[in-house]
Amino acid sequence: MRASISSHEGCSHILLQMLTCASSPAEPVLYIVIMMAKNPKRCNSLLLEMLQIDKSFPGVHALKNVSMKLRSSEVLGLVGENGAGKSTLIKVLGGAHLPDSGSILIEGQSVHILSPTAAQQAGVSIIYQEFNLIPDLTVRENIFLGREKTRMGFVRATEEHRETLQLFSKIGINIDANARCSELTVAQQQTVEIAKALSVNAKIIVMDEPTATLTTQEVEHLFAIIRDLKSHGLGIIYISHRLDEIFEVADRAMVLRDGEHVGTQDINDITCEKLIEMMVGRPIESEFPKRAARPGRERLRAEELCRGRAVRNVSFSVRAGEVLGFAGLVGAGRTETVRLIFGADKPDKGRIFIDGRKTNIRSPGDAIRNRICLLTEDRKGQGLVLIHSCRENFGLPNLDRLVRGMFLDQRRERKEFSGFVESLKIKISSHEQLTMNLSGGNQQKVVLAKWLARNADIVIFDEPTRGIDVGTKYEIHLLMNRLADEGKAIIMISSELPEILGMSDRIIVMHEGRIKGEITDVENTTQEDILSMAIA
Amino acid sequence: MTRKLLSDYGMFLVLLLLCVLFSVLTLKEQIPEGSAAPARLIEQINNEFKKSDTILVVGAVNKDSASFVEKLGEELVKEGFNNTKVVVGVPRDLLLALDDIRAKRGGLAAIAISGDVTKWRVIEHIPEKYPEFSGCKVLAPKSYLWPDFLKRSNLLAIVDRIVVIAVIAIGVTMVIITAGIDLSVGSLIALSAVIGTLLMKKMGGLQAPGWVVLVGFLVGILSCGIVGGLGGFVVARFKVAPFITTLGIMMMARGLAFMITGGFSIYQVPRALPWLGQGRSLGIPNTVILLVVLYVAAHIFMAHTRMGRYIYAVGGNEEAARLSGVPVKFVIVFVYVISSLAAGLGGCIQASQLNTGTPNIGIMYELYVIAAVVVGGTSLSGGSGRILGTLIGAFIISVIQNGMNLLGIESYTQQVVLGAVILGAVLLDKAHSGGSLPGLLRKKI
Repeated sequence: MRASISSHEGCSHILLQMLTCASSPAEPVLYIVIMMAKNPKRCNSLLLEMLQIDKSFPGVHALKNVSMKLRSSEVLGLVGENGAGKSTLIKVLGGAHLPDSGSILIEGQSVHILSPTAAQQAGVSIIYQEFNLIPDLTVRENIFLGREKTRMGFVRATEEHRETLQLFSKIGINIDANARCSELTVAQQQTVEIAKALSVNAKIIVMDEPTATLTTQEVEHLFAIIRDLKSHGLGIIYISHRLDEIFEVADRAMVLRDGEHVGTQDINDITCEKLIEMMVGRPIESEFPKRAARPGRERLRAEELCRGRAVRNVSFSVRAGEVLGFAGLVGAGRTETVRLIFGADKPDKGRIFIDGRKTNIRSPGDAIRNRICLLTEDRKGQGLVLIHSCRENFGLPNLDRLVRGMFLDQRRERKEFSGFVESLKIKISSHEQLTMNLSGGNQQKVVLAKWLARNADIVIFDEPTRGIDVGTKYEIHLLMNRLADEGKAIIMISSELPEILGMSDRIIVMHEGRIKGEITDVENTTQEDILSMAIA
Repeated sequence: MTRKLLSDYGMFLVLLLLCVLFSVLTLKEQIPEGSAAPARLIEQINNEFKKSDTILVVGAVNKDSASFVEKLGEELVKEGFNNTKVVVGVPRDLLLALDDIRAKRGGLAAIAISGDVTKWRVIEHIPEKYPEFSGCKVLAPKSYLWPDFLKRSNLLAIVDRIVVIAVIAIGVTMVIITAGIDLSVGSLIALSAVIGTLLMKKMGGLQAPGWVVLVGFLVGILSCGIVGGLGGFVVARFKVAPFITTLGIMMMARGLAFMITGGFSIYQVPRALPWLGQGRSLGIPNTVILLVVLYVAAHIFMAHTRMGRYIYAVGGNEEAARLSGVPVKFVIVFVYVISSLAAGLGGCIQASQLNTGTPNIGIMYELYVIAAVVVGGTSLSGGSGRILGTLIGAFIISVIQNGMNLLGIESYTQQVVLGAVILGAVLLDKAHSGGSLPGLLRKKI
């Protein structure tokens, strides 16, 4: 029944398009009727079918008999918490993983996707969060990388250039084909990836968290491109944690939870709350748990912090039991400011007072000894040693407490970590599991555990919920509130305005390295208020 | 479970296989030697001969054979065979002794010989040359099958060959775990050896007491430590690539060693110098004791101390380690100092083994050391590796060299084989960590 509805929708979409561009209304209707009679599958043709895909890794059953269908001219939103199996499913489709069982059909033909090259030949292109572009090559060279047009071994640059421009005009983008990829913005690089996918005649394009690092306008542009691709008959699988985007761009939403296919719903038949409930497996009352703020004495005060152009004369203070939010655009100097407080970078000038005492912080070690900790925005690059186990990562900043005489007390280390695994509900197969094999949410929980164990007085969260699923997000927010209630001073940097508004007791807005303003009456502030401060 | 064992100790399996292989290939008839072997021969003589019979006991001039023969002679006299004659020497000495007996017109009941003497051809010719002795019996200890490879003396030779490389590899393992490299260790061997022995020479030379040797060693080791500290500082503070930094130090240290000695070896060293490299305590070679102590200590250090954990963390992700409060620069300087101290100690052992300090020892050792570390499973990209793996890696290299020597393979061929085995071992390790070997071969790159 559902299939027929969406096929109907697919047809009406084309119909609408043809009507709008037709000169006389009578002809195209006839034309469509004929077309449907001749090729009834054209509108709702099944592009991709993944049947009963099963995949296990040591200790994890990542996919349990998952089936999915993708039609042409359709955007399928794939949602689920971190670790639900979205990435694994996509990697099976892209040839990065071989499924233990199950089959894949593309346009009704059974295909064996044994390698990323095979996936490309079958018409599947995957655009990962980390792009596969070579920074020092030009846009054109990247697009034709590995399939250069040559004559007697020489590259025919003009022909490549012409084809690149054709491709760009097809999806309505305007990028210099001779620019080096390293000179492009993230959004431009993404469109180059899309163009590259089209140039190999991709029928199915998978986008994994495409908007994570884009600005609002860039997101709008991306959506325009996606709609355009859809109108060309392509099928798109769109993965995102931002549910508002799913509702804006997707036709259907498919939910995975713990490796199982929970359900696929037409986007018009489902509400946001219902979708979250399907993802998490239980209803969630509010994304931002409320808490009565009871700020105490001043814990940290920074005066006239400066570092190059990134941080200019920043002064602020944060009190015990308070959540101080830092808002601003990416590159406004928020991360740079907290790195100065944590001793990760050296300030050009400025003073830091802890509990009213002037304190010299020369290294992160100094900061930790002064009971400050920083959860960095870049978990993989700065928060974790990915090739080491969860336990070792947990122990790293705590080793000074975990020694007995000359040696490490590894039994106590295990015991303490077990406590956090339980209280934070970290999903790991063993303490010795490598952190590189964890989902983003669980990685963030391991980072949380290692810092919570220090029991610091000043806790700095830099983008604590970026790339993290709804359920874990809620848990992290609860935890921040609990820490504040315990009398700790919390600094939170976030680029998500709802999070800033929902969590902070006070908000500092930064712009180009300076503090632009401070908002104390958070209750009566809107996202627009903050945004206008952050931009102007 | 099996897979984990294999990936952790796969190289140990390789080492065992190599040992088995060389044991089988060098399996040979062995004749008991040494002072413990005569018991069975004495029993035989007691049963077959009268106390008054003349018995000639013959041994060759080497430690095992001589002690065998002397012990046998002693025991026979104790048993009451008073006409026992002991001869230790070359075949001519045996003939002289027989001439002597003939001149005295004495009879000869038996000739008891050691294992080495069985190879003398004169033994076969006795009946024709001395018809009067044709009735005498030749008694030799009974032979048994045993591989040359597994002989005690050979096993000790394997340790002797590798001890310098194995000691240095401890330090270099730590450096490589921090994602660095140390090319200077080969030259530091020479530097430490010449500084140490020169000091010993100046402080009394041949007649100097034992503590002078100790002082020489300490000064040699510490000077290497200072050089290594400088290198570590350059790497940590100025972010110069470890490869280049230690390459510079490698050249400087080698040059210094030649400058100090004017290019000559240093003799007139104290008599106590060989104690470390050649001496024994409680019957065990000092080098073996040193190796065991150092490896146990290093293993405990890496697995059970804070500094050990920091070393792994710096190699795994330097920035994450720094932001977790790890004193990254200190850790880096520390590992280069340890590596250089180990190289200094290696130089002392080498000087003690050779009983001299020479500026051209240790050439190419840095590469053997790195090979041992990598064969032992330590990743050159940092963050992972095991100290005990390095010991196994060092032994794999030494066992291959030793085994090929026993088989009489010429040294040029040996280099080719050694190189191939190192590559093979590393590939095998990759196969263990990333699935099976066929899987590795099938994998598309």
